[in-house]
Amino acid sequence: MVASTTSLGRSGLHDWVIQRITAVVLAVYVVYLSAFVFSADSLTFAAWQGLFGQTWFKIFSLISIAALSFHAWIGMWVISTDYIKPTGIRLVFQALLILSCFAFIIWGAQILWSV
Amino acid sequence: MLFSIYRYNPETDKKPRMQDYELNIEEGSDIMLLDALIALKEQEPTLSFRRSCREGVCGSDGLNINGKNGLACITPVSSLGKKVVVRPLPGLPVIRDLVVDMQQFYRQYEKIRPYLINNDEPPARERLQSPEDREKLDGLYECILCACCTTSCPSFWWNPDKFIGPSGLLQAYRFIIDSRDTETSSRLADLDDAYSLFRCRGIMNCVDVCPKGLNPTQAIGHIRSMMLQQGL
Ligand code: SF4
Ligand code: SF4
Ligand code: FES
Repeated sequence: MVASTTSLGRSGLHDWVIQRITAVVLAVYVVYLSAFVFSADSLTFAAWQGLFGQTWFKIFSLISIAALSFHAWIGMWVISTDYIKPTGIRLVFQALLILSCFAFIIWGAQILWSV
Repeated sequence: MLFSIYRYNPETDKKPRMQDYELNIEEGSDIMLLDALIALKEQEPTLSFRRSCREGVCGSDGLNINGKNGLACITPVSSLGKKVVVRPLPGLPVIRDLVVDMQQFYRQYEKIRPYLINNDEPPARERLQSPEDREKLDGLYECILCACCTTSCPSFWWNPDKFIGPSGLLQAYRFIIDSRDTETSSRLADLDDAYSLFRCRGIMNCVDVCPKGLNPTQAIGHIRSMMLQQGL
């Protein structure tokens, strides 16, 4: 079978593995961030800025943004190949999808390193 | 008892219709849905459906019965409530009434090379298998290719030309795990695209309907882990 050119991993197994790994990254990030938000009196501006001021947390956040983008890429790619049958519309959708994934990562990096 | 049956003859009908039939079933007696259909065919000779063994071994009479796929010959009407709605298997082109065109289903089956391949020198008598290795085929070889599972799988509805479907994948695993087959890695490689195997989303409709009680989702999981082991 022809490799799927617009899928992220270009093989079913790659996509599947990436989908699982990014899901784990996202879960860890969400749990960590929620714990921070819900832990007592941490929600001051200073605490919030302190958290995002640390380099390790910036990297962790950027990795999570990338994980979210790749997770969405794979998921939305599957949905588009299930439900969008006309090739033209499908191509436009996938192109927009891929571009926005990269845009989010770059934008996210810019925001994180401006703290 | 009331039966509402899907009727469609593409040569004469513009579109399919559901037609009601009444059938008297003696109080206290029970029959299989297939027998009811055969009785209805006496009233209405144009009513078309497939059947052969009438005991759940040939896989010809897979139908959508009250919304769930199953074999008419092993489905007692007593289990079906007051009104029985019978439609052809979903997702395949209808040839006539309850008869569907199974080509897409068989084409997927063909892709997995459903036969033993062994490139070693043939032994003088036969290729032997230990009882333990033989046991690994249990739950796989029993598939009768009725298509109940594959036609209940949404992933197959959307991509019937690319997704192998639960039945074909169960069969694929039956040969992948067979100790006498030497093509294990090429069989795995054949399935490593975005569709053939990985379009399975674990919805488990297949497990829910299989009249032989088989578990294609589990077989799909096994194939996936074997691929992963090879790929790491
Ligand atoms: S588990 Fe997979 S093969 Fe079975 S019905 Fe769901 S998507 Fe289809
Ligand atoms: S796995 Fe079960 S439902 Fe599917 S084709 Fe085989 S016997 Fe029929
Ligand atoms: S007639 Fe053979 S399985 Fe039902």
